[in-house]
Amino acid sequence: MPFESLLFYFLATVLVIAGMAVVTLRNPVHCALALVLTFFTCACLWLLLRAEFLAIALVLVYVGAVMVLFLFVVMMLDIKSLPGREGFTTYLPVGLIVAGVMLAELVVLMGAGKLMQGGGVQDAAKAQGLSNTEWIGRTLFSDYILPFEIAALILTVAIVAAVALTLRRRPNVRVQDPAKQAAVRSEDRLRLVDLPSATRSKQA
Amino acid sequence: MITLGHYLVLAAILFCVSIAGIFINRKNVIILLMAIELMLLAVNMNFVAFSAFLGDPGGQIFVFFILTVAAAESAIGLAILVLLFRNRATINVEELDTMKG
Repeated sequence: MPFESLLFYFLATVLVIAGMAVVTLRNPVHCALALVLTFFTCACLWLLLRAEFLAIALVLVYVGAVMVLFLFVVMMLDIKSLPGREGFTTYLPVGLIVAGVMLAELVVLMGAGKLMQGGGVQDAAKAQGLSNTEWIGRTLFSDYILPFEIAALILTVAIVAAVALTLRRRPNVRVQDPAKQAAVRSEDRLRLVDLPSATRSKQA
Repeated sequence: MITLGHYLVLAAILFCVSIAGIFINRKNVIILLMAIELMLLAVNMNFVAFSAFLGDPGGQIFVFFILTVAAAESAIGLAILVLLFRNRATINVEELDTMKG
């Protein structure tokens, strides 16, 4: 068996086991860590498919950002108050039946047996003398420039929405209002009083 | 030799694992969100496999967009989750029945 097939089967096994760990482990922190392993293994598989740019992007964006966000949220919640797994055994048979039937249907509909007789990966980028990143970049910034800019807009809206959702307005907190501080005039703060001067000798 | 069919079957297995995960973790919103991420990963795997085997960059561009939208989705989903926990002190799906749906 060639090395690439061996690597594929090894990574596929790790991927499926880690995916199962994500949905069956009890502790959400362990689930999140299993999900990190799943993403990392998937990135390795994408390297086998010669999709280097997306593999690195997956590690940076998912393992580096999204999973850290997940772990932060798990940390902020009280882990003891999280719902237990009552109903795990009741729903397990249903879940397994649905998943099994769906998998069988998918494999039959795709004609996986026939597809498995096809050829190997074609490295289209290499055929054009480009690296994978260059190949994606040329397409992204020519044919897909409008979707690319819309994606940037969606990310901006998502940032604003996430901040606006979690912003907390507490009533009894003293904060500075910089706008008010900058707009203050000297008349608001300082009162000049005209006092007539008096001497002790005059009073006497 | 590893062919397109191998990758498609692997992605289908991953997708079905996450479907089963949604069934068996019906209470915990965090694990439901993780199962959704897993599903998106399976779909992305299909896109990358087709792109690599057909020699077309379109599939990989689409994965790029799916990653963008999924990152936005999980950021907003987690923000809603934090808000929910702050207001109701629970993330149990069964107790979130304010709208009586």
